[in-house]
Amino acid sequence: MKRFLGFVKKEFMHIFRDYRTLFILFGIPAAEILIFGYAVSTDIKNAGIAIFDLSHDEITLKLTDKIISSGFFKKTETLLNYNDIDKVFKKGKTKAVIIFQEDFGKKLVREGKASLSIIADGSEPNTATLVTNYTLAIVNDFTTDFAGPALNNAIRIIPEVKMFYNPNLKSYYMFVPGVITLILILICALMTSVTITREKEFGTMEVLLVSPLRPIQIILGKVIPYFILSFVNVLVILALSWLVFGLPVKGSIILLLAECMLYILMSLTLGILISTVSQNMQQAIFISLIGLMLPTILLSGFIFPIENMPKIYDYISMVLPPRYFITIIKNIMIKGTGILYIWKETLTLIVMTLVFIGISVKKFKIRLE
Amino acid sequence: MDNTVISVHNLVKKFGSFVANDNLSFEVFKGEIFGFLGANGAGKTTAIRILSGLSKPTSGEVNVAGFDTYSQTEQIKRNIGYMCQKFSLYEDLTVKENIMLYGGIYGMKKTLIKERIHELLEKLHFEEYENRLISDLPLGLRQKLAFSVAILHEPKIVFLDEPTGGVDPITRRQFWEMIYETATRGITVFVTTHYMDEAEYCDRISIMSDGKIVALDTPDNLKKQYNAATVEEVFIKIARPNPATPQSRLGGTNTQHHSKLIPPKREQGGQNRDR
Repeated sequence: MKRFLGFVKKEFMHIFRDYRTLFILFGIPAAEILIFGYAVSTDIKNAGIAIFDLSHDEITLKLTDKIISSGFFKKTETLLNYNDIDKVFKKGKTKAVIIFQEDFGKKLVREGKASLSIIADGSEPNTATLVTNYTLAIVNDFTTDFAGPALNNAIRIIPEVKMFYNPNLKSYYMFVPGVITLILILICALMTSVTITREKEFGTMEVLLVSPLRPIQIILGKVIPYFILSFVNVLVILALSWLVFGLPVKGSIILLLAECMLYILMSLTLGILISTVSQNMQQAIFISLIGLMLPTILLSGFIFPIENMPKIYDYISMVLPPRYFITIIKNIMIKGTGILYIWKETLTLIVMTLVFIGISVKKFKIRLE
Repeated sequence: MDNTVISVHNLVKKFGSFVANDNLSFEVFKGEIFGFLGANGAGKTTAIRILSGLSKPTSGEVNVAGFDTYSQTEQIKRNIGYMCQKFSLYEDLTVKENIMLYGGIYGMKKTLIKERIHELLEKLHFEEYENRLISDLPLGLRQKLAFSVAILHEPKIVFLDEPTGGVDPITRRQFWEMIYETATRGITVFVTTHYMDEAEYCDRISIMSDGKIVALDTPDNLKKQYNAATVEEVFIKIARPNPATPQSRLGGTNTQHHSKLIPPKREQGGQNRDR
């Protein structure tokens, strides 16, 4: 019995002295509660709504007011013509546009029915559905109040719902861009960090450093195959999603591929950075998977919109490169925007790449000393 | 002067306030087998890293293969070979692929590399291993191959960092035969080892302790000077930093655990090998 207990004690020591097991045992459950409790929210909060009021009468103003003050929405803009709809969606802050037909109020009072259009941003199918449903509920409520107890069925506001960009509200519109983002950063960062730390672990790195190969040649040599293969990967995924799902690229393919190359480059430099802080392959894999994959899936806006999360997650996701790339890729693929709408995110990725390179070079130099 | 391949004057290497190499001065001559001994932590690895161009000295003059270590590191790297105890060959590449890789890195032409591959494989008697993965080879074979790859480009000096660690006595002997043969060809061999019996077969040895060189001479002279029967005794007498230091700091010597190396015959251009 005594030797058994001694063995059990040893197991406890292993657990408490290894930061990885501690993290898995305590860190991950805590993180999951926080994340699933807050970030992964199926409610909407301050969803942007733009109003296109062709009528401007007392009734439309009252209904608008009721929608805005419900607490779920936030008014972003007032639109003046149909062309503005595409523009306002491209900016990204607006999730739905509400259009009141001409003489809305008059029609409602005289004929008993009036039309209302809800056009939602279909590039985020989940949000679009939620926003639409909430709006419809509020409109129904309004109708009941307005009609009064007696004339329940006599007055109807007829809503027409349209999904912009994604007419059939297919979820792969959301998944394909998200999957590209996730795969690229995982493969590039993970693979690069593993291949560099592998040389360190097996001692072949020393031999390479003593050889006439310059350090920059070693790094570039390691990175180039992954760059090429990842790019091929992107092409394959895009081709597959077009052939299998019929998902086209609405915007410029050249711009899309250029942004992909930037993202690949950023992920590769991130991999190099991870390798400079890892002593061996295991560490590199751990950091890449836990540090990259989980936050990317949950906090980058891939599945769960960032707008619906508490502010703190918004700030955390600001350091995650995938957050910016998801916006870029969704904009180009689904909304068809040009560089004008995504220059901020592009610039952020460029800066991040330079920062990663800078830190890696510094750490590498210190190691050589 | 022409005969000197490594010349070190007052080499100092500091890491912050810790002095890893404290005013080292020595010379190594062409075709010599120079043994670099010392306890773990004495500063050997630091010195070798400087000599092989991996890091720069804090101060002092260091010339390797006729090039200055401060400004001509690239030329140094092209003229030296290196083999360490942790393997230098890629396990998922074949014998031939590894040799082609390193030959290419050292700027050798493809035809020349191919010639050398054949010479090498014939000499080591493993022509049939040409297309086998390194992971398929036994340890002793890998070590011999790694050494051959280190000198493939006929460097002026080859640095061997504990090359025979973990290898059986027969392979160790064969390895030293290869070292002798290399030195006879005029390639200087700079070897570190913890095997004291291997130290006996060097032309000269130096013993480092606490960042300084405390002895530098032929094994015979040192044995006379310190009144010792073996180099191991010399080592124990002078490599102990001070009486208070625990035994473990000396790094231990390996002769207790392995049978003594049967001295390989050293002849001018001769091959004396039994398997």
